[in-house]
Amino acid sequence: MSTMNLEGLEMIAVLVVVVVFVKVLEQFGLLEAGYDDSVEDELELSAVRHRPEGLEQLEAQTRFSRKELQILYRGFKNECPSGVVNEETFKDIYAQFFPQGDASTYAHFLFNAFDNDHNGSVSFEDFVMGLSILLRGTVQEKLIWAFNLYDINKDGYITKEEMLDIMKAIYDMMGKCTYPVLKEETPRQHVEVFFQKMDKNKDGVVTIDEFIDCCQNDENIMRSMHLFENVL
Amino acid sequence: MATGVAAWLPFARAAAIGWMPVANCPMPIAPRDNSKKQDELIILNVSGRRFQTWRTTLDRYPDTLLGSSEKDFFYNEETKEYFFDRDPDAFRSILNFYRTGKLHYPRHECISAYDEELTFFGIIPEIIGDCCYEEYKDRKRENLERLQDDQEENKDLKQSNLNFRETMWRAFENPHTSTLALVFYYVTGFFIAVSVITNVVETVPCGSNSNQKDMPCGERYTVAFFCIDTACVMIFTVEYLMRLFAAPSRYRFMRSVMSIIDVVAILPYYIGLVMTNNEDVSGAFVTLRVFRVFRIFKFSRHSQGLRILGYTLKSCASELGFLLFSLTMAIIIFATVMFYAEKGSSSSKFTSIPASFWYTIVTMTTLGYGDMVPKTIAGKIFGSICSLSGVLVIALPVPVIVSNFSRIYHQNQRADKRRAQKKARLTRIRIAKSGSANAFLHSKRNGLLNELLELTGTEEDEQKLMKSTSLLESQHHHLLHCLEKTTAHEFVDEQMYEQNSLETALQAYPSHSPSIACHSSPAVTCCGRSGKRNSPLPNASPSPANPIPAHQSQLQELSALHIQRGNPLTHTSSRSNLNLNPDNSKRINCKSGRITTAIISLPMPPRRPPLPPGHPGAPSIQTTTSSAGVNIVKVSAL
Repeated sequence: MSTMNLEGLEMIAVLVVVVVFVKVLEQFGLLEAGYDDSVEDELELSAVRHRPEGLEQLEAQTRFSRKELQILYRGFKNECPSGVVNEETFKDIYAQFFPQGDASTYAHFLFNAFDNDHNGSVSFEDFVMGLSILLRGTVQEKLIWAFNLYDINKDGYITKEEMLDIMKAIYDMMGKCTYPVLKEETPRQHVEVFFQKMDKNKDGVVTIDEFIDCCQNDENIMRSMHLFENVL
Repeated sequence: MATGVAAWLPFARAAAIGWMPVANCPMPIAPRDNSKKQDELIILNVSGRRFQTWRTTLDRYPDTLLGSSEKDFFYNEETKEYFFDRDPDAFRSILNFYRTGKLHYPRHECISAYDEELTFFGIIPEIIGDCCYEEYKDRKRENLERLQDDQEENKDLKQSNLNFRETMWRAFENPHTSTLALVFYYVTGFFIAVSVITNVVETVPCGSNSNQKDMPCGERYTVAFFCIDTACVMIFTVEYLMRLFAAPSRYRFMRSVMSIIDVVAILPYYIGLVMTNNEDVSGAFVTLRVFRVFRIFKFSRHSQGLRILGYTLKSCASELGFLLFSLTMAIIIFATVMFYAEKGSSSSKFTSIPASFWYTIVTMTTLGYGDMVPKTIAGKIFGSICSLSGVLVIALPVPVIVSNFSRIYHQNQRADKRRAQKKARLTRIRIAKSGSANAFLHSKRNGLLNELLELTGTEEDEQKLMKSTSLLESQHHHLLHCLEKTTAHEFVDEQMYEQNSLETALQAYPSHSPSIACHSSPAVTCCGRSGKRNSPLPNASPSPANPIPAHQSQLQELSALHIQRGNPLTHTSSRSNLNLNPDNSKRINCKSGRITTAIISLPMPPRRPPLPPGHPGAPSIQTTTSSAGVNIVKVSAL
């Protein structure tokens, strides 16, 4: 028995020595490890940079004056030196205006509304085009823009689920501390009211014509469309 | 507020149009922007370097200087710019704060200069960005430490009225405060050494001419050793009781490490006294003797290096714990393996696993006594692995401990260096102060001279004297002159002052009780000063053990105002000065012992300002300045 024990232990000892030997050889590179190391790390191109089109072109495409474009661009580039805004930055910036609540969901929808070419980043052109519509466009254009905001999947119809998402996002921005206290079903109720108003043929979706029609008949909405005209 | 992203506010407002169709009620009216001025460039001229920025950039932070109307105070009409007479380099980071919303701390800036700039421009330092905040806080903490050190030194210099208990405690904690404390310090140190050496020598075998075997000295000269031991314990007990009495918080003192060491050092003796007759517990008695060696720890009060070492070990407790834990793990593993490996071999010393612990420890620390060696092949292999790994396990936590020690040691060195530099710094300050005081006295005499010259009519001399003082100086002198006139006292230089107060004491001496003599002030003060009155270099005091330096240098460390206890200086011993100006006695109007306040201007003693010939005609110098410096002690480096 004892001899077997001894032999067993000796074998273990020899095994250990062999393993150490192999490791040392590997260290010296005489024994290949077996997997290829990718010597070249993927060169990650530095952050995407973007230069906007010239001032004249933007002047032609939008309804801003030269000076206004200058001011807008200076502010834009100050915040985003690389020239493009990605969604994270957008959410950060927007969240600073609504510190009590959570503005990330609404910022997400807003981002999608501004990102016309859907490439995941808002360049200065996108930014300025959007602003041009919002601040200097006709009521029709503004309403179309709003419809595009609500229509999350851009299929031309606003369903109740889409509207509910938007509503929840808006209410999220309020945060917890409100008066009266926000209840769970408040967004849903609001959506119901909205659909009652907008959905004329009661088919459960709101099309763009229904939307524009209904808004143009509503005095409050019409008046509020002109609210931000002197922003810039 | 979202001032950092102020540029995006128009965008956020525009995007609010998205809420409009959803809303059920009318929206509030938007605020009108009445001040619709065009965005204009503002020029900020900071010490000649021009910075330009948009007005709206600065308006982002309206509670700072640049963002509010406070900057209108700095507006320069001719050049149409805002001029600030500040550091342009520091201004860079301040302006960047407006631009980017983040305040950075440039590392090459001095912390106090930067703080001042921030305060000037109304920016609170807490908004420093995360990238620079730690560095800022570290530097600020170092600065604070330095200021605290200075304050502590000043506190030591300032002698408030302490009662006896507090004086004793101060003497214990800082032996340099008085000679008595120093003596006590050395005496206790000596007795600690004596006690430790006694303990050691006790066990040495002494000569054995008449005995069959060597007896240790302790058993041969029992009485002598007992006497020495008793004496030492007496001293330690008295010291402990005195410390206990003087401690401001007895409970805290009793819980402190040093006091526990003291107690442990003296307790065995008393226990031994009680238990001598009981033979059953002689074993315990022997153990108690071992505890006497703890007396050597009492040296840590005397040595700063020991204290640093102890503090290091305390602060590295976690690393030491890790070292211990990993060592224990390794010992157990290897002991087990070695035991089973050596089980088969005959006459193996590895009788059990705990018995193998000894082998493992000796091997891992690379001691290798050789009293236990493995004989089987497996045992030898595992033994070699054991010794290799031992080196690694021990070597790993050691650098951490070393770096900790180095950090604490360097901190102490820095503190010492600061203290040494402080003396030089104080000297510079003294020289500057005395320089200005000299200037005033000089100009006063020149003023007197001027009066004389006007009387005698030499123009050119007058002009020569006039142009030596600038406008600033002359205004300053005029101010001091007004003060003199207000208080009906005059500024004098040191020699004058000393002579005057000397004669004062001489005059008043017979009328005073002998208590004013040497006995009132500490004995050493009186005798120590006798030989130093006229020494040109007061700091070269002949007696090194005298912690109270010369009278002159004491005064030199005083700054202007000083209220002292009214003990006049004891001048009886220095007869040499009495012979200098016998005619000064007429001018002494003051009574000795009065507590008065006066601004004492103290020029450096080596330079005797020349007494112009017109001086005896000057109004008599009334010196009612009280004696100063008797109770001020200087903390000298030992």
